[in-house]
Amino acid sequence: MTAAGYFGPFGGRFVAETLVPALEELDHARQELLPSPAFQAELHELLRSYVGRPTPLTEAKRLARRIDPDGGAIAELLLKREDLCHTGAHKINNALGQLLLAKAMGKTRIIAETGAGQHGVATATAAALLGLPCEVYQGALDMERQAPNVARMRLLGARVVPVESGSRTLKDAMNEALRDWVTNVRTTYYCVGSAAGPHPYPTLVAELQRIIGDEARAACATRGALPDAVIACVGGGSNAIGIFKAFEGDAGVSLYGVEAAGHGLDTDRHAATLSRGRVGVLHGAKTYVLCDEAGQVEEAHSVSAGLDYPGVGPEHARLRDTGRATYVSATDEEALAAAREVARSEGIVVALETAHAFAAIGAIARREAEARGRPSRILVCLSGRGDKDLDTITAYVGGK
Amino acid sequence: MMHRIDQRFVELRREGRKALCVYLCVGDPSLEASGFLALEAIDAGADILELGVPFSDPTADGPTLARAAQRAIAAGATLERVLEVAARVRARSEAPLVLFTYYNPVFVAGEAKVARLAREAGVDALLVVDLPPEEAGPLRACAAAEGLGVVPLVSPTSHAARIEAIRRASTPLDGAPRAFVYSISMTGVTGASPSDLAAAARDAEGMRRSFDRPVLVGFGIDGGASARLAAGQASGGADGVVVGTALARRIEQAASGDEQRRAVCSFVGELRRALDEPA
Repeated sequence: MTAAGYFGPFGGRFVAETLVPALEELDHARQELLPSPAFQAELHELLRSYVGRPTPLTEAKRLARRIDPDGGAIAELLLKREDLCHTGAHKINNALGQLLLAKAMGKTRIIAETGAGQHGVATATAAALLGLPCEVYQGALDMERQAPNVARMRLLGARVVPVESGSRTLKDAMNEALRDWVTNVRTTYYCVGSAAGPHPYPTLVAELQRIIGDEARAACATRGALPDAVIACVGGGSNAIGIFKAFEGDAGVSLYGVEAAGHGLDTDRHAATLSRGRVGVLHGAKTYVLCDEAGQVEEAHSVSAGLDYPGVGPEHARLRDTGRATYVSATDEEALAAAREVARSEGIVVALETAHAFAAIGAIARREAEARGRPSRILVCLSGRGDKDLDTITAYVGGK
Repeated sequence: MMHRIDQRFVELRREGRKALCVYLCVGDPSLEASGFLALEAIDAGADILELGVPFSDPTADGPTLARAAQRAIAAGATLERVLEVAARVRARSEAPLVLFTYYNPVFVAGEAKVARLAREAGVDALLVVDLPPEEAGPLRACAAAEGLGVVPLVSPTSHAARIEAIRRASTPLDGAPRAFVYSISMTGVTGASPSDLAAAARDAEGMRRSFDRPVLVGFGIDGGASARLAAGQASGGADGVVVGTALARRIEQAASGDEQRRAVCSFVGELRRALDEPA
């Protein structure tokens, strides 16, 4: 048998047998229901009237000048404003799409895992809108550092289940969600939050998130030119894959993913799976994984709860190995400094995930400008707003 | 010559007995103790041992086995060290040994290397809980080259077409033993309470006809009575049962090494007697 859902050697479906029929059923729905005109019409109407799409491109002139004071590297810096989506992040595109699918499949209960809580909030929101009961697994540590999102999920009617095992973060929340799903698979829909997990999730999530890239590409085209470089942060990698999709075929557009380097790539406290991981199997997919030589998965670290994950979506693993995308990293310090910089120069408080993408702009712009012999046009996916991270950011920034 | 594991099923059938397969998380409480506990379980009446490789993210396991895995990892258990324990057990016993693991430790070490080490340690078959047959081709080939089987799993959610697909994809390769099929009694993780073990036994009977191989029922068996239910009637039902969590719980609760050995001995003995009682 040939296995479905591969991106080169990555991806696949490595799960307990109990889940295989549910994944087959979901893949069938993805291929039959998702593209149907009725489904697309309903989804796009919700994305327009409820989510607030299309989100705009904002030109960040002051930030561009501050990153590049002599104007030698950055000609244009454009921000794709997913923070302006209802619930404040790109996660809502995916949650609404998946829950519409779940409802059409006749599922009566929704579960999700969440790190920073943004996917949990998005899922709880979509579940409230569609009248479905929802439970969200979140690492106990993440519940502490993302208290506002825990409160939002509860207000939206979701039950937030603390996960005390392992590192008490996103990886463990995903383990617990999978255990719930194995137990309640006949009635329950598992809304995966990133372009990770067993087939068909990486493909499904990418299909639902590519609207970010499609809108950005169309808006760039009306401005007269495609960007030279597209930058997005990568934990599981859903906002990145969503924006990359639309530019993958444009050979002149460089794609950059920015991972969390935590305390530094040379420490054991980071979440830079593509930079420092090895090929392994985690949460149902073959991909790059932070694990030791015995195959035990290591704990990731990032100041951003949303990037604190030792795996990565399998499509990114292929983009890395084929060289179509380049993956760099930013440390906790660099991301926090970037968050402050964006706030001061553009009046936008970005999520700490997104701050990693901003932290890499300077180096990427210089690299692109050198390669092209002219200042470059940069597009950054501003994946979400930073209200949820205010405590962390202000604790760092303090009176600075 | 018939493979050791197939030979055991022939003997069991001839004797009209159900197989008792016992799962041990190797390394809990220590690698050395696991070797002793395995031999204790065989002496007390276990026919087959599943030697578990602890994994950091055991998504198919409930809290009891997840805790056992954590303790085992802390005690230094790795796939290679579990195989060293298997070799020590093999030196003292001819009981069939099944290496139970998640896929990542196998994949990272390399499938060919794991199959070779497993054969050298005297293991008879591999059971990889998160490796559906569509993904198992490379491992099955490596295992068969070393004369090892790969045990397929079937679940209550496996519909008829799926069971047929599993059957086709898991037909034993040349050189590999027939081994057995693992039938999961319920949708859930290890250690949960099963809904209907009598139904699981009936399903197992159908499965044996489909696969033409012995079928063991596992998940949710916590004592003699449930073992009998899951195994079904003397002439029909399943070919045997797999018990893991209930034993791990007794090992966890025992206060000393001696108590652990006594717990394994008495619990495996209880299961053995229940399975051997006339219908």
